[in-house]
Amino acid sequence: MSPTEFTPASGLLGGILIGLSALVLMAGNGRILGASGIFGHLLTFNFDKNFAWRLIFIVSMLIATAWTALFTGIAQQMAFGGGALSTALGGVIVGVGVHLGNGCTSGHGICGIARFSLRSLAATCTFMVVAIATVFVIRHVIGV
Amino acid sequence: MQKISAAVAGLLFGAGLTISGMVNPMKVLNFLDLFGTHDFTLVFVMGGGLLTTLLGYQLIFRRSKPFFADHFSLPGTTRIDAKLLGGAALFGLGWGITGICPGPAISGLVFGNSLSFIFVIAMAAGILIAKFATNDRSAS
Repeated sequence: MSPTEFTPASGLLGGILIGLSALVLMAGNGRILGASGIFGHLLTFNFDKNFAWRLIFIVSMLIATAWTALFTGIAQQMAFGGGALSTALGGVIVGVGVHLGNGCTSGHGICGIARFSLRSLAATCTFMVVAIATVFVIRHVIGV
Repeated sequence: MQKISAAVAGLLFGAGLTISGMVNPMKVLNFLDLFGTHDFTLVFVMGGGLLTTLLGYQLIFRRSKPFFADHFSLPGTTRIDAKLLGGAALFGLGWGITGICPGPAISGLVFGNSLSFIFVIAMAAGILIAKFATNDRSAS
């Protein structure tokens, strides 16, 4: 593990931008901003009318990340918790989980709770508690 | 017009994930490590995102329909079942192992780290496995 600086101001600004993104997508297209759902739908290669906006969303996201990163130095700070094996394992588990659970941090944690969905609240509490417990076991029990 | 609002939303989302530092897996892990490093930045990201969305949704849902679509596409189901909680628990496990959730995973690709590509390919495989196993051909 390596330390990271506590940055509440940029965290809050970033969070507000994420919120505005969710508002634009709902006001414009009537859609929940859920990263796993948008990505998951692209994997079906079902080229219906909803394929295009999802693809445009993902591409815009990548462009904004690359552009914003020029001003933040985040590229140099990127650090991963594990190697190729644990990253691949974690990726598969996340993929299975977000499909079965119908959403991730953005869809359940932000949009779902914002519209007072009890389903999303239950999902968010579950993944938060499990993620915190997992990090506790990895860092303080196993001691990696 | 739907494509333009998707582009604006995508730009805001990517900028938000990057400025907040959430694209850095270590920053997320250091929050989840409540009993160690506890970098509480993520609380501000989630708090700012949730509050903005909650307030804005109040205005948006006063309308009968969105600006560029026929209707609001909202999940109809309200059932809290084993599939939802089991899926959320699995997601939490994978998130805890890596510190990466789907949004930042995709954004992080632009930095060109091989681990980012490994994660996104593995996540795509996981989604497809779950789709196949549950015989669900619709969107996740």
